[in-house]
Amino acid sequence: MSSVPRFWRNLGSRYNLEGTRCKECGEYFYPPRNVCVNCRRVGQIEPYKFKGTGEIVTYTLIHTAAEGFENQAPYTLAIIKLDEGPRLTSQVVGNPEKMHIGMRVRPVFRKLGEDGEHGMIYYGTKFVPADA
Amino acid sequence: MTIGIVSYGAYVPRYRIKIEEIARLWGDNAEALKNGLMVYEKSVPDVDEDAATIAVEAARYAMARSGVDPSRIGAVYTGSESHPYAVKPTSTIVAQAIGATPNMTAADFEFACKAGTAAVQACMGLVGSGMIDLGLAIGADVSQGAPGDALEYTAAAGGVACLLGRKESEIAAIIEGTYSFTTDTPDFWRREGMPYPEHGGRFTGEPGYFKHVINGAKGLLDKLGTKPEDYDYAVFHQPNGKFPSKAAKMLGFTRTQITPGLVVPKIGNTYSASCLMGIAATLDQAKPGDRIFATAFGSGAGSDAFSITVTDKIEEIQNRAPTVSELIKNPIYIDYARYARHKGKIRLA
Repeated sequence: MSSVPRFWRNLGSRYNLEGTRCKECGEYFYPPRNVCVNCRRVGQIEPYKFKGTGEIVTYTLIHTAAEGFENQAPYTLAIIKLDEGPRLTSQVVGNPEKMHIGMRVRPVFRKLGEDGEHGMIYYGTKFVPADA
Repeated sequence: MTIGIVSYGAYVPRYRIKIEEIARLWGDNAEALKNGLMVYEKSVPDVDEDAATIAVEAARYAMARSGVDPSRIGAVYTGSESHPYAVKPTSTIVAQAIGATPNMTAADFEFACKAGTAAVQACMGLVGSGMIDLGLAIGADVSQGAPGDALEYTAAAGGVACLLGRKESEIAAIIEGTYSFTTDTPDFWRREGMPYPEHGGRFTGEPGYFKHVINGAKGLLDKLGTKPEDYDYAVFHQPNGKFPSKAAKMLGFTRTQITPGLVVPKIGNTYSASCLMGIAATLDQAKPGDRIFATAFGSGAGSDAFSITVTDKIEEIQNRAPTVSELIKNPIYIDYARYARHKGKIRLA
């Protein structure tokens, strides 16, 4: 999986959906951006913690998992549109047969993966159906 | 100095396996087991859940209930016998995930099934001495029972977080006193690097559970000068349904007093969360002025007893996060094969 320092640098975003927002134009960014893509140098970026609620834009069911994810297959990988606007890719935990485009979701704290039996365990945000 | 529970949060995974399904595999008599243990099904973690993720979910519900600023938390202590790392604290993961870091202390606790209440006592000390403003104590486990072992019928998963403080305006349940009874009793253990615990079979009963629970409970009743009839509710560590029922009867508590907190028949033994889960389920339905008596037990062995009085604040926070009965309803039943996969008993090449 990813390197330890690389994961550690993004801990805030992974654990708590910490992103940024431009005070000038009101646009939200996840993952966080340091410069507003709309306002450029007049933009005023501030930290913002996303509520975590959103909906499934599209999804796919993974049967042939990448290395480190074998034990989780089959699992749903979705593009989720957070209520504030940004989209992100995440697993949605739950019955694959119940997944549908437009489904409301909420965040949960789960194991994202691990570097074998000896390496680090990567924790972070996944999503579940809002009514689960 | 008044110390008490400012908030609490529980978490139980969605999956369940029934006693019949485990008994089917090993050729055991399910009816005899259910009658003997008074346990009918147990909770099972998802493939991506462990003691740390369960502790985080419980802690987040506790924070949602309280609405306090997480930076006020001065200590996070997590008790578990299934910490995901042998070295690397679960409590730092929890503290980061609730936004309590960095101006605080953290450590992990281990004392079989009472590591969570040991964490509560440590937080009470720090809060009471004025060393910290608020302390977060958690009991969380994804407990293991070896395939075919008696423990497999009850070893379950769950977590409870308790936020402790001393501001009277914030306290939802006052802890009037605590008392512990501890001896070196080898009734249950797991050696370093071993996947499953060993236990002394029947030896876990009289010299383990009953000796410590009864002496711990009596010790607190004597210390405070209270009697079983002074309490509205009682909770005892619940490794199965039979032990807490028998302990309650031996001490003079009634079935009515223990019923609201007796959650083990539906979710199994949640180890470090077991007694705290009973306290949480009782707080979910308690009214201002109600008194709760609780005694946790941990093999090895020791007990922690608590006397609790609920305040007016309880009604304000009860419904700000899911109650234990809400967490327990709508389970997803799985068979032994899927259970084995969820518990990592199947190793992929």
